[in-house]
Amino acid sequence: MSFSVTEPSPKTKWFAGVMVVGYAIVTLLPLIWIIATGFKSPADAISYPPKVIFEPTLEGYVNLFTERTRATPEMLEAAGPPETWYQEIVRGQDMVISGPSRYGARFLNSVIIGFGSTALCMILGTAAAYAFSRFRVPLKDDLLFFILSTRMMPPIAVAIPIFLMFRQIGLNDTHLGMILLYTAVNLSLSVWLLKGFIDEIPIEYEEAALIDGYTRFQAFYKVVLPQAATGIASTAIFCLIFAWNEYAFAVLLTSGTAQTAPPFIPTIIGVGGKDWPAVAAGATIFLVPVMIFTILLRKHLLRGITFGAVRK
Amino acid sequence: MAQIRIENVRKDFGAFNAVRSSTFTIEDGEFFMLLGPSGCGKTTTLRMMAGLELPTSGEIFIDGEEVGQKPASQRDIAFVFQMFALYPHMNVRGNISYPLKSQGMAKARIRQKVGEVAEILGITDILDRPVGGLSGGDRQRVALGRAIVRDPKAFFMDEPLGALDAEFREHMSEELRALHDRMGATTVYVTHDQLEAMQMGDKIVVMNHGVVEQFGVPQDIYDWPATKFVARFIGDPPMNFLDFDGAVSPGDGAVMLAETPVRMPDLVQGARGSLALGVRPEFVTLDDAAPLRGRIVATEYLGTTQIVTVETAHGRIKARLPSATAVRTGETTGLRLDPRTITLFDNATGLALHSRANEGVLSHG
Repeated sequence: MSFSVTEPSPKTKWFAGVMVVGYAIVTLLPLIWIIATGFKSPADAISYPPKVIFEPTLEGYVNLFTERTRATPEMLEAAGPPETWYQEIVRGQDMVISGPSRYGARFLNSVIIGFGSTALCMILGTAAAYAFSRFRVPLKDDLLFFILSTRMMPPIAVAIPIFLMFRQIGLNDTHLGMILLYTAVNLSLSVWLLKGFIDEIPIEYEEAALIDGYTRFQAFYKVVLPQAATGIASTAIFCLIFAWNEYAFAVLLTSGTAQTAPPFIPTIIGVGGKDWPAVAAGATIFLVPVMIFTILLRKHLLRGITFGAVRK
Repeated sequence: MAQIRIENVRKDFGAFNAVRSSTFTIEDGEFFMLLGPSGCGKTTTLRMMAGLELPTSGEIFIDGEEVGQKPASQRDIAFVFQMFALYPHMNVRGNISYPLKSQGMAKARIRQKVGEVAEILGITDILDRPVGGLSGGDRQRVALGRAIVRDPKAFFMDEPLGALDAEFREHMSEELRALHDRMGATTVYVTHDQLEAMQMGDKIVVMNHGVVEQFGVPQDIYDWPATKFVARFIGDPPMNFLDFDGAVSPGDGAVMLAETPVRMPDLVQGARGSLALGVRPEFVTLDDAAPLRGRIVATEYLGTTQIVTVETAHGRIKARLPSATAVRTGETTGLRLDPRTITLFDNATGLALHSRANEGVLSHG
């Protein structure tokens, strides 16, 4: 048996492998369960013992995207044979489609508010972090501490004042209001994270650009930003995940026009409280954008999390 | 190409004074060295010339134009950084062409100019490589390429060889000097390495604690240091000092050390109090007949020469002797100091006393 400092022994590798797989199962199981439930029938979804093997159906997805009304046999007769596969699924429940559901609009709200606040947060955060990193700001340390201190209590602790403020100035249930709110909550973390990343970029790059005949802003834009891409990407992911998943403020401050998907999804379950597949379908689709965003930026994310850990 | 003039330039960082009233002139086409230990203000001085720092007071003229408060982008100069500062998100070609792009030069013209520069530096084959994987020397060449590509008025280099290993440094310093001779551009070069400064520079400014200690051609500075600091900083081993108390007056051609007269160039300036006699190790020889006595305490063998340390009544003195000279530790010997090379210093001020030999050098510095 030989020992190496850098190369783990086969036993260690095997153990690490088991741990990783075990952890993956634990974290992925709820996700897999949600995705599977989306393809179950309502009866299968609440059957006991839980069904692992089931006959997949798109009923949940059809119910998610449609409004339906119960129909008498005569009405079904009068409506004629179903024209599409989804009408057929609805007919099977003795119902007819009365129109599209509000899920699409709520989902779009989530996209607008989530990505809008993330973008705003990145613009303000990068600019502030650059200033803190590069310029002699009076009371810099105090300001940075103050910025961080805004995250020291749970944001929801200030929900009532924010609710009253929003009502007073008419930001209640508006996209702008939610974008501003999520930006405000995320900005402190963004400034801190981004300042760390920008601190790591040698100032000589900008100085070289200044010497090469560029203005300070051009140097920032053309030299610092590409270098900070890793940090911006990983910070953006953290911001987006927060804004995307936020529930408490969304319940309190939005009800219609600007309602995001998180407060809407539980209402899909319906009066009878048995349409779990539609809820699961709504949750599954809701996961997709963040997942795509994270996968697109995952290279940056991995580099970003370990960035600065080792000085090269 | 341009003359650069620094007049009474001062720089404060808050309460800290980095550069104190520097004045010197860099002639057109000179290879000019800013030499000093770390923290002496040489880099700050260079950065003020480049426009990366603005002077607290004083004036900087490049090509006759006062640029002290202008940003770097308007000074038409090039800067080579110690860590090269190549843009990591661009390849070699991108890096070299970047200063040309800022001038809005046509693409075809940029390509041609980058090609010419790459030819001069011998990096044509790596133009399309990313800068990340380049060796130190190639990075250095790319950084130089970025500097010379747009024919600036002057080149500023901040310890450009500091990041290279010793063997390669030698090679690069020759390359750099050859490049300068070929282009004839005014170059200001910051270094803390006195050998590098003497090897490459047409002229040297020695700085310490934000003050210009001496300014001149390498040989003058080596032979006739204006201050004890310069005498100690330049040369390896540095100049020897034999301390003594006494008084000298203009016209004196010798001082008494250990009751023996030691001859030196005739003084034109007098002083009294604590004084020091300075002599370079290569101008000290061992001679049993000499009246100035000392005991040999150590020898260091250096190949062609050896450094012999001798304890005298006025302090230790090092002599550079041929290796062939037989020397035994513990022996008492006589020391002969070449009278033509001696400089007297006033210990209170640290300044060299003017003599017939050094007044020509010291009066203009």
